Amino acid sequence: MPTKIEKDSVTGTQTTGHEWDGIKELDTPMPKWWVYTFMACIGVAVVMFVLYPGIPYGPGYFHGLLGYSGRVTVDKEVAAVTAIRATSMNKIAAASFDQIKADPQLLTVAETAGKATFANNCQPCHGAGGAGRVGFPALAAGAWIWGGKLDDIVTTVTHGIRSGDADARASQMPRFADGILDPAQLEQVGNYVWTNFYGHADPKLNVGKGAAIFADNCVVCHGDKGQGGREFGAPRLASHVHLYGDSYEAVMSQVHNPKGGVMPNWNTRLDKATIKSVALYVHSLGGGE
Amino acid sequence: MSHIGKSREQDQGPENSGHGPLYADRVRIYPMAVHGRMRQIKWAVLIFCLVVYYALPWLRWDRGLGEPTQAVLLDLGHRRFYLFGLELWPQDAIFLAGLLIIAAVTLFFVTSLVGRVWCGYSCPQTVWTDLFMWVERTIEGDRNTRIKRDSQPISFDKVWRKAAKHAIWLGIAFWTGGAWIMYYVDAPTVTRDFWIGQADGPVYVFTLLFTATTYVLAGWAREQVCTYMCPWPRFQSAMMDEHSYTVTYQAWRGEPRTRGKHIPDGKVVGDCVDCSACVAACPTGIDIRDGIQLECIDCGLCMDACDHVMSKLGRKTALITWDTLSRQANKLAGKKAPVKLLRSRSIIYIVALIVAVSGMGIGLATRSTLSISIQRDRAPLFVTLPSGEIRNGYLLHVLNKTPKPSGFTLEVEHLDGARIAVAETATKPGESVTIQVKADEVATFRILVTATPLELNNGSQPVNFVLRSTSDGAQTHYSSVFMGPAGFRPPSAE
Repeated sequence: MPTKIEKDSVTGTQTTGHEWDGIKELDTPMPKWWVYTFMACIGVAVVMFVLYPGIPYGPGYFHGLLGYSGRVTVDKEVAAVTAIRATSMNKIAAASFDQIKADPQLLTVAETAGKATFANNCQPCHGAGGAGRVGFPALAAGAWIWGGKLDDIVTTVTHGIRSGDADARASQMPRFADGILDPAQLEQVGNYVWTNFYGHADPKLNVGKGAAIFADNCVVCHGDKGQGGREFGAPRLASHVHLYGDSYEAVMSQVHNPKGGVMPNWNTRLDKATIKSVALYVHSLGGGE
Repeated sequence: MSHIGKSREQDQGPENSGHGPLYADRVRIYPMAVHGRMRQIKWAVLIFCLVVYYALPWLRWDRGLGEPTQAVLLDLGHRRFYLFGLELWPQDAIFLAGLLIIAAVTLFFVTSLVGRVWCGYSCPQTVWTDLFMWVERTIEGDRNTRIKRDSQPISFDKVWRKAAKHAIWLGIAFWTGGAWIMYYVDAPTVTRDFWIGQADGPVYVFTLLFTATTYVLAGWAREQVCTYMCPWPRFQSAMMDEHSYTVTYQAWRGEPRTRGKHIPDGKVVGDCVDCSACVAACPTGIDIRDGIQLECIDCGLCMDACDHVMSKLGRKTALITWDTLSRQANKLAGKKAPVKLLRSRSIIYIVALIVAVSGMGIGLATRSTLSISIQRDRAPLFVTLPSGEIRNGYLLHVLNKTPKPSGFTLEVEHLDGARIAVAETATKPGESVTIQVKADEVATFRILVTATPLELNNGSQPVNFVLRSTSDGAQTHYSSVFMGPAGFRPPSAE
């Protein structure tokens, strides 16, 4: 490629000396403002390297002259927010629920904190707004298994259910299929529950001695009218809301092979005021007693 | 405007041939002082506008205890606009739109009749520019003195006059910027807080911002705002026609213009003596004799300048006057020149104005002081209760726009056997609930409605919430839906 640097007659700029099919390339210099901006950027970068952390070496890193640390800043901000909240949250921790409800400002703080806490911790299982799903109680419906008063809710949230906490709510429905009842009896008592409490009268189902079997084995916990027993965590059967589903198969499955869900004890993760707040929120969803 | 006047850059001469500069250099304008009727009207409008602008925030208005005492207060922080006896909520933003529509149609109407009198007399740009020019004239002298001094080298006389002028300009600009803020916060409070450093940051920022804009726009930019920045001159021609009055040079009378005392015998001469007084007086620096131009703001100062010269020469005044294109054409042809104010466009504008004003009036007169909005819970959509009933949750917002607290009853219609309750209060579910809302407040309640609807069409049924004030019986309603599981059957039917 012939190299002949010459001055372009039209623009007065030198060419690079490259020529392709008669087309010559101008060696137009960068605009001054661009060059200066570029140099200024390099200068700023050097200053930033000196002032801020960014150069690693072996086990550590150069902290920069300003000693800035994003993590420390966040910790400080979190501490500051906690300090701001502390006034209200300490009051909530100390006050009774009646006192909190009597103080509109405190109630607003508690409900707001409760709502956020619920969304972060409870919603994955219990659903938005406490809608619940199969296996996870519908808190909004008021079909309480362990009680729906504010104090009951606080106990449940604090210690959990079958969580391993010393004060956890715990109960286990016996596996009646393990030699207590024979398969025919299991089917009869299941049919009895399905027709009598779930309200699906079906002459084709063999109830047999279901009533007697229920009276002998189930009434102790679930009650003679299927009203449930909260001291044992025994769900109300005569209801339209059932923890493990509304189907016949769900009833039979529970009679044969009872399930018992686990709820974590939140005392390891949430403080007292937060638990009270979330209890207030759960109570307000519509099912509170 | 079919023939916009020659733009100034085209007048620049030879340096604009070929590759000229993309932007016209500013030609400094030294408007000459004039005296006359137009000038007096302009002073009167200027004083009226400025007095209203500066004094209005200080006007007090009694609204009762705990309410703002300022007659005109646009309280953005609390989302309330107070206009004398009227209190507007954000929900009333439609009235702001109505006000703007009325203002726009009024402007169109006036423009169709008498051209750009808004621009020439009452536009803030004109008012403040005029005020600033008066300051300039008072300190630096009239046109010729200023031109002469500006061309001289720097001197003590020049420096102190310039410094004094800019200081006074800045003072006026600061006062203007401060007055603007007073429309948004309580005037006496903000005035005190401003000087002891206790005012909010935005107060300082916006005061300085409007100080700067006033100083730059009225002191430095002046007619360039009208010529280059303002959109209004660009489309005002749509409102005007040949029957619209504008400031007009009566060419049929003035031409051929002739300068000098010795006029050859037999030569036909017009009234115009080509003294250029009209050009010297023009605040936008144009020659009105070139016809209607984009830059002309219809201020009429050239009329005063010309009348002065004409009366001195003993000629008939009003060589430059308010007139229409059509009348000028008739006068040129020696015909009668009828005034034609009522044209289809002016009638259309007046009808639009009547519609807008009456709509606004009716709207304001029948403005509801009570309003509700209801948000249905989305999660969960509905709750099946152990009893088999269906419960829906709603978030109710009640707007009590009255200055006193009020009780309300809320009912739900079109839902058989519905029971309604306010979540987390002692009220037992009943046919209606009673709620209390404080004065001038938006209150939020969570409402639970429980029912066993006989049938739900596709899992949903329209319902109507009715809110009644227990104090004055005012009522309002809100339509929503009640939802349940698809294929819901009431428990008793099984």
